[in-house]
Amino acid sequence: MDYAAVVVLEILYMISFIALVSAGLAIVFGMMRVINLAHGEFVMLGGYTTLACFRAGIDLWFSMLIIAPLVVGIVGLIIERLVIRFLYGRMIDTMLATWGLSLLLIGIVTLIFGSSAVSVPAPISGYRLGAYQMGGYNLFIIAVTVVLYVGMWLVLRFTRLGLIARGAMQSAEVASSLGYNPRTVYMVTFTIGAALSGLAGGILAPLTGLLPSSGGGYIAQSFIAVITGGAGAVIAGTLTSSAMFGTISQIVSFASGPVLGDIVMLALAIVLLRLMPQGISGRFFRNSQ
Amino acid sequence: MKLSRRDFLGATGALAVAGGLGSTVGAFAQGKDILLGSVLDNSGNLDIYGKPMVMATTMAVEEINAAGGLLGRKIKAIQYDTQSDIALYTKFAQQLARTDKVDVVHGGITSASREAIRQTFRRANTLYFYNVLYEGGVCDRNCVVTGTTPAQAVEPIVEYAMKKWGNKVVILAADYNYGQITAKWLQYYIKERKGTVASTDFFPLDVADFGSTIAKIQQASPNFVVAALVGGAHMAFFRQWAASGMNKKIPLTSTTFGVGNEHLALSPAEGDGIVIAGNYSQEAKSPANTEFLARWNKRFGDTKIVHEIAVSQYQGIHVWAACVKKAGTLEREAMLKAIESGVSIEGPAGTVTIDPKTHHAALDINLMEVKNQKLTIISTVKQRPPADTAQFCDLLKNPNDNKQYEVKI
Repeated sequence: MDYAAVVVLEILYMISFIALVSAGLAIVFGMMRVINLAHGEFVMLGGYTTLACFRAGIDLWFSMLIIAPLVVGIVGLIIERLVIRFLYGRMIDTMLATWGLSLLLIGIVTLIFGSSAVSVPAPISGYRLGAYQMGGYNLFIIAVTVVLYVGMWLVLRFTRLGLIARGAMQSAEVASSLGYNPRTVYMVTFTIGAALSGLAGGILAPLTGLLPSSGGGYIAQSFIAVITGGAGAVIAGTLTSSAMFGTISQIVSFASGPVLGDIVMLALAIVLLRLMPQGISGRFFRNSQ
Repeated sequence: MKLSRRDFLGATGALAVAGGLGSTVGAFAQGKDILLGSVLDNSGNLDIYGKPMVMATTMAVEEINAAGGLLGRKIKAIQYDTQSDIALYTKFAQQLARTDKVDVVHGGITSASREAIRQTFRRANTLYFYNVLYEGGVCDRNCVVTGTTPAQAVEPIVEYAMKKWGNKVVILAADYNYGQITAKWLQYYIKERKGTVASTDFFPLDVADFGSTIAKIQQASPNFVVAALVGGAHMAFFRQWAASGMNKKIPLTSTTFGVGNEHLALSPAEGDGIVIAGNYSQEAKSPANTEFLARWNKRFGDTKIVHEIAVSQYQGIHVWAACVKKAGTLEREAMLKAIESGVSIEGPAGTVTIDPKTHHAALDINLMEVKNQKLTIISTVKQRPPADTAQFCDLLKNPNDNKQYEVKI
């Protein structure tokens, strides 16, 4: 019985993990169709920002929840102004440019922090669940993910900003004819996407540790989740695919080991994309967010 | 203008000789430099291991030169950065053996990289030193190993932990040749002592989520856990283990922890209590170690980065130098004879004696516990032999052997 609860909690954690690292990418890809290959590095930057603040004696919660998204958001804004804005609508060029960017970011972080693994200590200690000892910090990650996605949904659904964003996403021309400059909308969207990636990086830093190259570990999972989720409905799609992949990879991990868990997840993604080339949301949630 | 490395070396060599003639030191004027090659990851994912090894190489060569060189000649180090890329290992190995024609190579970090280059040097008759702890079993007359093997650094952990905590064990290992073979040795040593292995799990080097693993370990409820995990991503295991409070419940031991100074990356609360075994601890109070760290500090500054395999590399170069002195020549057969003469040196981590049969080293082994980000020594065994490899390998009898042996369970 306890073990079942442990498995369920681990599944919930895995779903949250995927959803959290995918959030920034989902916004950028879903809204703007920009494939940001530097997404993993944005997450990594969030982690290092948290580390730097923590080392400077700033409160850990404040560092990861406020400063990390702020700093990475600003970095995203600068990158959008300098690089991305010239490449809208040119998917391959964007991929190349962001790939180069990811290498640049890895290089810069290596220069500043060195390339050895570093970490910030987990601020929440473990707790007992029946006979099992569990990581308390996992619960915090689940909670943050829930709050984040509810927040995203509320903003997109009920605010003017969300309405403009959705409008620009559905038809940039109509939005611009109504007086909204799609370029400004894109700039804001990219910045928010980067900030969300930074938030994910900051929050995950105590759990996974940090390496300049650790962005690569996030990018595969988040891309699979976002692409399989589809661009039709950013939130619903990403959440559904995160839930599916998280559950399956974790069940397989418990039954055998993490290797098979990853393989099954990838195989499933291929099958799903064959059956639903537009992603899950392209098929099921065409009219939601 | 196209300037090859060789032209460059020739030119700078000539300059060096010219400089030597002008000064009063004419000691190195006779003959050309002895070439010592190295292939190590000085950048990329593995540079936490490689960088200090490159520094140790530089330091060892400089010290030997300062003491008058070898055979009246100066040593010149040709160091290539393999950038944590296995393809570059084969490339630079070819270059060292065929283009630079070095007299010896000291290098390779992961077991995968060693196996990528070992045969190249064997074919080219270039003497090869591998100075890193590893899974044991390499039986190759062209190759000398000065790092620890499972009989030296894994068996003491099993022995200590089973005596202290009990006989039910869970093994976690990295999923490549090091982890796979080390896990076999672990099973062998545990069964030899009538223990049981509750489970053995392998993890690719990029796995960073150990939630399900930690839950499964609790379900198996072993007396202790052995982790043969490798690299930055696997560090997450130690962190998540501590974050769930398991570090207070089930004792944890590791065959690799500390080698890349992992104890500095974890907070004291996370790292304390992990039991490891190895050749080197910075905490060793021997005069040899104190002086070594002082020299390192003078040459490079920060001594925090000094780890076991940097010291192994340093010791390996000195073992080679001792062999050159003994042989009195760089000629291959004479060198092999010198290696097989039971040559011995005193290094920062104690005595290093080369076993003629296996070309491995008998080493002083420390059983250590992580305490407040330091590797505190629990006990030391002097001159522990590489008994695992010696089970299979006798190069005096079979000089043409060229195999890596694994234990059968």
